Order: sequence, then structure tokens, then C-alpha cells
Amino acid sequence: MSNMASTFRIGTGAGFSADRLDPAVDLAERGELDVMVLECLGERTVAFGHRDRMANPERGYNAHLQRRMQALLPACRANGTRIVTNMGAANPKAAAQRTIEIARQLGLKGLKVACIEGDDVSALVARDQPFMDEPGNLSEIGKPVAGMNAYLGADAIIPALQAGADVVIGGRLADPSMFLAPLIHKFGWDPMDTRRMGAGSLVGHLMECGMQITGGYFADPGVKDVAGLDRCGYPIAEVDADGSAVITKLADSGGLVTLATVKEQLLYEVHDPSRYITPDVIADFSQVQIASAGSDRVRVSNAGGSSRPRTLKVTVGFDDGFQGEAGVSYAGPGAQARGKLAAEIVGHRLREVHGFTSDFRIDLIGVSSLFATAGRSGLGSEDVRLHVAMRSPTREGAELMLWEVESLLCCGPAGGGGFRGSIVPCVMTKSVLIDRGMVKPRLEVLVA
Amino acid sequence: MSSQRNNPPRLIRDIAHARAGDKGNTSNVNVWAYDAADFEMLMRALTPERIKRAFPNLIGGKVERYLLPHLHGLNFVMENALEGGVNKSLNLDSHGKSWSYLILGLEIEESPGRAEAPAGSSEEA
Repeated sequence: MSNMASTFRIGTGAGFSADRLDPAVDLAERGELDVMVLECLGERTVAFGHRDRMANPERGYNAHLQRRMQALLPACRANGTRIVTNMGAANPKAAAQRTIEIARQLGLKGLKVACIEGDDVSALVARDQPFMDEPGNLSEIGKPVAGMNAYLGADAIIPALQAGADVVIGGRLADPSMFLAPLIHKFGWDPMDTRRMGAGSLVGHLMECGMQITGGYFADPGVKDVAGLDRCGYPIAEVDADGSAVITKLADSGGLVTLATVKEQLLYEVHDPSRYITPDVIADFSQVQIASAGSDRVRVSNAGGSSRPRTLKVTVGFDDGFQGEAGVSYAGPGAQARGKLAAEIVGHRLREVHGFTSDFRIDLIGVSSLFATAGRSGLGSEDVRLHVAMRSPTREGAELMLWEVESLLCCGPAGGGGFRGSIVPCVMTKSVLIDRGMVKPRLEVLVA
Repeated sequence: MSSQRNNPPRLIRDIAHARAGDKGNTSNVNVWAYDAADFEMLMRALTPERIKRAFPNLIGGKVERYLLPHLHGLNFVMENALEGGVNKSLNLDSHGKSWSYLILGLEIEESPGRAEAPAGSSEEA
């Protein structure tokens, strides 16, 4: 698809489970992409997927899969753009089957959809497996396990590309690996070439959060202005055979690609920049060069790496009760004092009347909430909101809290209004390691 | 990219930009000087000890600082700094996405002999 056969064009069409769709369609139509990656999984997303699958064996994949595939498949088919995605979440097979049905409805006869399974390792992990990064082991949790998924690397994805798949759907495919695998396949890189694996993983790391490198999660008016954030474009990586790349976007989309947006993403969720661990390599981003290459074009090069780890990370999800949230607002003169009084009343009643001790928190939005523990507070607001959050092993406990907050409307300070309350189920995740030899990815190719 | 700035710069935000990320109960905030000439000042102002001292109730574990001098960047890794992290925290911002602004809100010159002045106590309010 690329004009220059030596450059490979990868675009991101989703950087998280709820990411925007219309800019992805735009990119699929006009981006001249070889591959579009849809990264849709966080650690907890898979656990929620397992819960969905338990409730309905046909579900457990990304809730937006149908809309995404309906909108993207026609343009990707027409332009010869392959899709690689982890939208399969806890049920890649059902996601692949659903995609085949959609392809048939769209008349995309012959479309090949590869399904990668084998990341579900719940049968392989020891019950007392120690945690990866903290004391303790799985047996000490005492909560129902929702699912266990190993991070699969590029080696699990490449066979699907070799099989000629137009769409590759997996579950817990590691984020950077979805970008690295097509590069290995295109350029014939040796998976033991740690420098190339590091370079391709850098591309993946920079691209995996979508618009976080094109102006999203960045704008700060007056300090870091971003034009057209309402129609921000997804990123494109133009990758050379040596692994260096230019990060850019469609010229007339909103947002921006600058040294600053690339730098911020370079170390996003990175600890030691010289040791970023993926299933494919221990990447070294500490010597990366970032240089301007024109308007909204930034060249990245000089990533390194050392041998891939012998273990794979496994995310273990547990059902963890419910979280309730509820609030009431106060405005005008004395709003802060009235909000503070409401907070005292609710705190007292949750403790003294209902016997809740620790698992709740009361904030006054507009005065002290996000930075409350950090010891920072705002001043002078005449528009504040009491916010109560509570964890409860049961839905009933959370309901009692909501009731208590709502009762402030008649029983609390003057002028309180705007009660809202919600209760959502919670999951907890822990990480363990598994010997990579025990994890056996499985490939199945379906044809529309 | 920020061409105009206070003279002299007062807050870290006047000389640097930052982004926060989370892994479990560990927060990392990367901080970048806009201007290479300010990198030394940024390094002097933001030591791991200073960060830990500024937020004693928030940061329960150790603070590590990694340097990327050729890009004029710092990366702070703060353990036990997310009130339990996204699994447990009852903070509205359970990922600590806003922690970048905790650091950007610090004053370049640490007030001697007392705790950091609250961000809201400045003349900007």
C-alpha cells in the first residue's frame, strides 16, 4: 500500500477500550496504511470481559467490536489494510465469529479473520503462585478468580500474518507486540535481533495509546495549546527497515505531533527507561533520539534492547465486590461551609448509624478531592459537590450509602441539590509470572 | 513551546511539562524542560527527596528518579503513591492521572524551613 516499498505504515485506530471511532474511519480511508492496530485492553478490562463471558458465553469481547468492525472493515478491505486487535478480550473466538458475520453482512466475501487463543492460562498457573512485584501469593486473596491471562508477544501474532489474515483478533496480546509483529513480518527481522525488537517495540509503545501522541492527554491552555482537539487525528508511524520511524498524522486532522508530545509518551507508564519489559524484548529507551522532521512529523530512532524475558506476565483478575458513588451539590454564599457540614453529617451517620468503618471516603469537589491526600486544596469556590465513594462486598452495603447521601436533600444543609448515585461491580488484579514455554498460543483462521 | 513565561519562573509548570502514568500502586511522572537551558534548574528543583517531602501522606514508598539528559527529561517513579491504585483507591482519580500537576504545581524554589505552600495559597487564586 505504501508508495515507498521500503517504508511500512502503521496507524492506531483505538488506544483504549472506549476510544473514538470516527477518526479511525478517517485514518482507514485516507491513511494509506499497511496495518491498523486497535488496542483495547487494560489490566482490568480482561477481568470485566471474563465476567461478561460468565454471564453470557457469546460475549466477553470488546463492547464496541460490532460498531468498530462495521465502520472499519470496508475501508480496510478496499485499501489492503490489515487490522490487528486485542478486542477479543476474554473471548477471542466469539469476537472472530462475530467479525465474520459482520463481514458477510457487508459483502466482504473471502475476508480472512485469524483468532489467537491460548492467553487464558487459568489451568496452568499454580494456586499458590507468588506475586510478581509484591509479597504474597494467589492463595492468600480469598476472592473468586475471574480469569488469568498471559501477555502474548509478537511470536503469537506472526503466524496469523503469515497465514494471510486480513483481521487478527486476540485476547491479551501485549500492546507493543501488535505493532512489532507486522514489522517483523514485513522486514524479515530476526526475533533475536534485540536492537530491531527494541526499535519496533518503541514504535508500538509510542503508538499504543492512540491520540496520546497526537495531542490528547496533553493540552493545557495558554501553556501547551492544541488546535482542533475535538477532531484530533490518530497517529501514523512510517517505519523504515532499520526500525527508525516518523510519527505523524493526517495533515488536516486536529491535534499535533511535536517533540513534546512524543517525549511525554516515550516514558508514559515506563519506570526504568533502560528496561521496559515486553514479551519480545527488554527494550532500552534511554538513548532514544527524537528529532523534528517537518510539520507534525517527528523522527524517533536509536532504541535498543536485551534478550526477551523467559517468563510472561499473567494478569489474574478477581471479583471484588461493589463500589458505590454518590453526591450532592451546594452553590452560592457559604457553599463550602454547607458542603463541609454535609460531609460531617454523612461521615458520622455512616460510622455511627450503619457501622461502616474504613471502606468509604468523603471529598468536597471544588475544595479538596483529587489532591486531598497530597495535602493540596483549592480556595474560594462557591460551587462545590459532596462526593462519597464506598467499597462494599455486597451491593446492599453500597445501596445503604447511596440512601444516606440522598437523605441529605431533606435532612442536610440548606440548598443541597443534584443528588446522583451509582453502583458498579469491581474487579481486583494481581500479576504473576509464568514460564513462557508453558504458554501455547493457538491460531485458527476463519473465512467470510 | 511555551514562549512566554513568568519572569523569573516561579512554578515548575513555568519551565516544564509532564505526564503521569500508573502501574498498580506505583505512579510515574515524566517531566521535561521546555528549554535545554532550564534542565539544570529542573534537576536541582526536583530531587527525589523533595518530591517525597512535598507529599508525605500520599507517597508511602520510595521515590526513584531516572534522567534522560539528552532529552532534558526526568522520570519519577513513586511507589505506594496511588492510595492503593486503580484496584482499591477511592480517589475520584484512582489512576493518579492528575499527579503530573502535583509536581508541576511545586515552586521551583522550595520555601525554606516549612512545608510546601499549598498550591492554592498563591496569588493566582
